[in-house]
Amino acid sequence: MTVGDVLELDGITKRFGALVANDDVTLSLKKGEVLALLGENGAGKTTLMNILFGHYAADAGEVRVLGKPLPSAKPRAAIAAGVGMVHQHFTLAGNLTVLENIVIGSESLWKVGMDREGAERKIRALSAQFGLPVDPAARIGDLSVGERQRVEILKALYREARILILDEPTAVLARPEAEQLFTILRGMAKGGLSIIFISHKLHEVMGASDRVVVLRAGKVVAERVTAETTAAELAELMVGRAVARPKRAAHEAGAPVVVAEGLSVTKGGGMALDRVRFEVRAGEILGIVGVSGNGQAMLGRALSGLARPDAGTITFDGRDISRITPRQAVKLGIGRVPEDRQAQGVVGDLAVWENAVLERLRDFSRFGFVRRRAAEAHAAGLIGRFDIRGAAPATRTRLLSGGNMQKLILGRNLAAGPRFLLANQPTRGLDEGAIAGVHAELLMARAEGAAILLISEDLDEAVGLSDRLQAISKGRLSEPILAEDVDARRLGLMMAGVWETRDAV
Amino acid sequence: MRFERREEVSVAALVIAPLLAVVAALMLCAGLIALAGVSPWVAYGEMLRGAFGSRLAVTETFTRASPLILTGLAAAVAFRARLWNIGGEGQFYMGALAAAALGHSALVGWPVPLAWAALAAAGMAAGAMLLLVPAVLRLRFGVDEVVTTLLLNFIVLLFVGLMVEGVLKDPMAFGWPQSVPVAAGLRLPDLVPRSRLHVGIVLAVVVVLVVWLVQARTVFGAETRAAGLNPAAAAFAGVPITATLVKVALLSGGLAGLAGAIEVLGPVGYVTTTMSPGFGYAGIVVAMLAALHPVGVVAASVFVATVFVGADAMSRATGVPSFIADVIMSVALLAMLVALLFTTYRVRR
Repeated sequence: MTVGDVLELDGITKRFGALVANDDVTLSLKKGEVLALLGENGAGKTTLMNILFGHYAADAGEVRVLGKPLPSAKPRAAIAAGVGMVHQHFTLAGNLTVLENIVIGSESLWKVGMDREGAERKIRALSAQFGLPVDPAARIGDLSVGERQRVEILKALYREARILILDEPTAVLARPEAEQLFTILRGMAKGGLSIIFISHKLHEVMGASDRVVVLRAGKVVAERVTAETTAAELAELMVGRAVARPKRAAHEAGAPVVVAEGLSVTKGGGMALDRVRFEVRAGEILGIVGVSGNGQAMLGRALSGLARPDAGTITFDGRDISRITPRQAVKLGIGRVPEDRQAQGVVGDLAVWENAVLERLRDFSRFGFVRRRAAEAHAAGLIGRFDIRGAAPATRTRLLSGGNMQKLILGRNLAAGPRFLLANQPTRGLDEGAIAGVHAELLMARAEGAAILLISEDLDEAVGLSDRLQAISKGRLSEPILAEDVDARRLGLMMAGVWETRDAV
Repeated sequence: MRFERREEVSVAALVIAPLLAVVAALMLCAGLIALAGVSPWVAYGEMLRGAFGSRLAVTETFTRASPLILTGLAAAVAFRARLWNIGGEGQFYMGALAAAALGHSALVGWPVPLAWAALAAAGMAAGAMLLLVPAVLRLRFGVDEVVTTLLLNFIVLLFVGLMVEGVLKDPMAFGWPQSVPVAAGLRLPDLVPRSRLHVGIVLAVVVVLVVWLVQARTVFGAETRAAGLNPAAAAFAGVPITATLVKVALLSGGLAGLAGAIEVLGPVGYVTTTMSPGFGYAGIVVAMLAALHPVGVVAASVFVATVFVGADAMSRATGVPSFIADVIMSVALLAMLVALLFTTYRVRR
């Protein structure tokens, strides 16, 4: 143990069946340091943190906090030693207040009643000390995602955590919230806490950490002081080869294919979409950017044939498609990539071939019987053409990685040569290699003349791929701007719902 | 200890799971039998002899199995699509009533095969209509079909009582509450002479094979599976969820109704309020023991029939109450649920 190390992981190995999730991982954390654990999906980051926190027992190796070994697989011991964890998916009870959520679990089971005033004083003190504004009496269900994350952090601090682990903390946050979070984390490190955050996003690792440990296929492949490395080097270390997102080539757009006019959809009394207007031209990508929860989901549903607009029209080659069913959409040549690939994109328990033809089962049938051989051949074709790894036609779809699942969904849509493609958050949760693959497919479809509507919360992606951009805020769409005219400040204002209409395209 | 999802559920596991569940149930119930003062070996021996020990016993067991095959299939078909049809009992009675009402005189004089087809269709329609109501309530208003189908069973039973005491009452039955009988010429022929075993069991097995083919090979089968496994993704891909579930409801209710019709046309001949020893409910156990597979339904039906028929004989020979049959059923169902958990999950420390 070198001086100042508060936490050491020594030779941690963890196997799941044949898969080695962590292979002899050794790393240390210094007091007051922000350490980034960088790696692609499936590199073993989350497994490692779950071992550290005692959710899993390691097959080999030891965790030491302040030089003292932690008993294996005992979350309570980890908490007692001062380790706090903020999970990617929050573990808060939506119907309880902030105060109750924070106190739950740290009170004795046998104690009657609780010291609300004492707890509230302590929460307010922590909240002020670390710049985590939150109302202890608010109900969790009423809070935004960013606020809930602050509650999770406070919960760890309330239990006297000195080492804080955050698993993909920005996965659910919009960029301004993410930046705010990293400012808070910096402040906490200055205040003597030590922090590990898990990420696969290079810009936040570069921006927020003191030191980076790169994991690949369960092994530590590199350790760098952040100030002495570059995003490009880290990307290469993480993926194992040089990757670059494909670039958009200049290219003349054609006639409008899909046009929405005055499109409004109400939901639960409010306006999910409010007089939305856009047009997507052949051979063009129109990007819709915005902070999560501003109507993107409803826009996707309306264009997929799942929601009925209350007013307005959507036309496809001049034909009104605002009231079509998903099946009609497929027939017309409208490709749809849903927002949530696990929940809407594929039926995980069906085979790859079944998902490959699920949208057009009737084209793969005769007299009501599925032509299985033709369907399997079609699936095999998709697997080859779209480079879907780890899949055979008979593979259960849920066994595919997120990136390969997304390639299957993209493939099933692109194979038919759609005239219009809705790509709703097409790379959410994918790693850098898979993102590059999806981007290449989208750009290829654009080059072949498809009109593409890209809904994305990832600004780099939206700006990189789109010819024109519109921002969505509270269900309203801004006027489009050309991707060449984008600057960060203007885009930020647009996403906040502040836009001028004078220099519309 | 935690549960981890298995990557692949093996076919072997799906075959072994129900066998282990049955063994576990028999072992647990052996304790109860011992408590009643009888050696479990003796009791189970008597049970086996009661179910298979003579020509009569064998035919009785298979007679008992044939409606179970259809009610079990009805439950299995619905459960696959996550439509929780607990109303097999009511649908069975509706099918039985339809067959008795039309088979008494309305269809007399028709060519017999045509009359049978019409009676089977009427039975299926009656059962299907009964399940259609809860299915539509669920799809339209989100009313839980577990509650509605279950409660409809009791309503139907009262309705059957009303019928057999009223318009369908048999005036020749010396005041017994039973319906008019099916015309003698329309009764289904026996399969084995001098027994109650009739061609209904052949029919049931044929229906199983047809349903299997439909589930495994047709567009409807594929859409049903998708809708059952992930309704959101199925809807996104263009599977009409409502229409699919309505079709499933019609099929499931129809199968249970067919069971009732065949029971009336075959061994019983008329409807009483006690003609079903819980065929509809036992069908749920059959479906679960079969892991919802049509072919498994046949094997599970024979097992359940064995226990019920055998338990009566065992009770007479040893004095252990025949209620033990219900206990074995229930324990087997619970054991099967646990076994199913282990086919899809493994335990990890």
